[in-house]
Amino acid sequence: MSTLDTVSAAEGTPAPGRPRPKSTGGGGFGRYLLVRFLLIFPTIFILVTLVFFLMRTTGDPITAAQGGRLGPEALAELRAAAGFDRPLLVQYFEYLAQIATLDFGSTLTTNRPVVEVLATYGPATFELVFYSLIVAFAVGIPLGLLTAYYRDKPQDAVFRVLAIYWYAVPVFFAGLILKLIFSVWLGWFPVAGRATVSAELQMQVQPNKTGFYTIDALMTGNPEVLIDVLSHAVLPAIALGLLTAGIFLRLVRTNVIGTLATDYVDAARSRGVAEFRLLRKHAYRPALIPIVTVIGLQIALLLSGAVLTETTFEWKGLGFILAEFLESRDFVAVQGIVVLLAVIVAVTNFVVDIIAAFIDPRVRY
Amino acid sequence: MAVASVTPARRRLRDRLPVVHQLRQSVGLQRGMLVAGLVMLGVFVLVTILAPVLAPYGFAQRADGEGSFGTQQPPSAEHLFGTTVGGYDVLSRVIWGTQTALLVVIVAVLLSIFIGVALGLYSGYFGGWLDRLLVVVFDAIYAFPSLLLAIVLSIVISGGQSSLWGGVLAAAGSIVVVFIPQYFRVIRAETVRIKAEPFVESAKVLGASNSRIVFKHVFRNATRTLPLIITLNSAEAILTLAALGFLGFGIEPTAAAEWGYDLFKAQSDVTSGIWWTALYPGLAIVFAVLGIMLVGESLNDLADPRLRGRRRVAQASGQVAETSVVPGGTLTAGPGGLGGLEDEETFGDQGIEVRR
Repeated sequence: MSTLDTVSAAEGTPAPGRPRPKSTGGGGFGRYLLVRFLLIFPTIFILVTLVFFLMRTTGDPITAAQGGRLGPEALAELRAAAGFDRPLLVQYFEYLAQIATLDFGSTLTTNRPVVEVLATYGPATFELVFYSLIVAFAVGIPLGLLTAYYRDKPQDAVFRVLAIYWYAVPVFFAGLILKLIFSVWLGWFPVAGRATVSAELQMQVQPNKTGFYTIDALMTGNPEVLIDVLSHAVLPAIALGLLTAGIFLRLVRTNVIGTLATDYVDAARSRGVAEFRLLRKHAYRPALIPIVTVIGLQIALLLSGAVLTETTFEWKGLGFILAEFLESRDFVAVQGIVVLLAVIVAVTNFVVDIIAAFIDPRVRY
Repeated sequence: MAVASVTPARRRLRDRLPVVHQLRQSVGLQRGMLVAGLVMLGVFVLVTILAPVLAPYGFAQRADGEGSFGTQQPPSAEHLFGTTVGGYDVLSRVIWGTQTALLVVIVAVLLSIFIGVALGLYSGYFGGWLDRLLVVVFDAIYAFPSLLLAIVLSIVISGGQSSLWGGVLAAAGSIVVVFIPQYFRVIRAETVRIKAEPFVESAKVLGASNSRIVFKHVFRNATRTLPLIITLNSAEAILTLAALGFLGFGIEPTAAAEWGYDLFKAQSDVTSGIWWTALYPGLAIVFAVLGIMLVGESLNDLADPRLRGRRRVAQASGQVAETSVVPGGTLTAGPGGLGGLEDEETFGDQGIEVRR
């Protein structure tokens, strides 16, 4: 994803020779909102189509899952029962109609509705991404400001190399090493999972449990359960968070260097504005728009990272379950999860674009 | 056209070679990072070539004349990095793994450049409905978590496991699909911009054919950002290959050595305190990726006048224009001129830092 700044630079170029039409007052934002909202659907549609046809080139899900285990007759029977022997296009349109009603079918291995699987494991992934974003913001943005301010000085050098290093370390390797040092050798944090069994039991008996363990733990009112849940989240959040922090650092640094060189920063400095305030208010604020936009695009990277982090720490979220379904070749489930993640990415990008347009009127159509 | 009257002298070869030119241009920390990255890359390539000499054993070897290696043996004189749970020598697999990684990088990057550049040129130059379709489709793919797409594709290509070439092609193929949109976007944006330049118009007036304009004028001017994207993509290719291996979609251990697969197998070792099976393959990935990233990061900074080292800015102001699309052009004479430079800004109005 580190090519992003290059790419966005090229994309941001307005078409030469064609003056940008002036926005017509208040109507501009509403229209932009609508157009941008409608653009979500082709994105999702394309991805669903792509995934559907790609998966079917391997054959139908039942042959893929059961091939070799069942005789050809039993296989044909199962395929006919599931409707996989009909023309591909018919199945495709049927699948589209199904998805439109939010019915993703049932998993082949466990015969649970995919929607239910998503509802069970989704909150775990959400929690992991949330915690790692906290780590990424807490580490990436201050360090980005620092490196921009001390540009080309030793501080800059150290943290930039560190940022590249964080990005170069695969998140699962970082996870394994963190686990080895802090769980196995030092014993500070649990090795894997989202909570210990006893804590999980206490949360299970809650009348209206949410699946978000932090919230559930708070509802039990037992501080030990909460500590247990939080201590499980520390290492995964650091592993995934540092990867993202490296990207945030680069991003903040590049953009703040740009704003630090502007005349109004010089002007503010000559008026005697304190250096810290200068950095926080005058340089950082205007740099926020490109930062927000690119951070929004990182959601795709975060989800990829979450799949790997969850597998490393046996964090029972969408990524973990996806890896399990992959192993058992349960392609209906895989397809459902992939489509859901596509929807999440498309919607996030929509929200980010809207925020960017809200901050900066120039972005609107 | 100013360029026609003031034809700039052709630059010397050492100034035109992508990396060599930047090395000469760089200064201080940036040069340090570039040199460090190049050295690491050099070591990586050298190990790849010398793998048959360097590796003490084969990547799929479990026993030698003195009998079986034994499983999960700690590092010793015979096995400097110990042995894995499958009874392979860790050091040998780390060394042989460089070959797999390099092979995937080469296949993936070459294929995606070829397809991405061709489509980007077509789309940007001719436009039309195909252009619009490609933009929408590639934007959708670009926004999608690349790893998931790679997983889906590796299922499609190899059914999940494979021989050396099956595995390499599956990994490379899945990476290619993820990368094509990046090349496509960059090349298309550049092509659209270059198409409106006066030199393209004059070529048209002179009666040059479309293919001549595309290949002679547009292509050669649109590809200057490629070295940067190539380095970053190579790093990503290695990471994606390892991630696929880690999820169990890698190359079978008997077909080739692959670091991600070794980490996949080392997962349970870590819990019981066995560190050597995870540490060394992981470090190998970090080393390779870090080397490539350092080079890429330095190239990125050097291509951006705002980020280039300060001390040389005054001297290099003649070279600032080289980041515009005019090879050898100068700040005042190029058709891109200062306007071309401003197109490079991520956000408009700051101008270029030439004061210090």
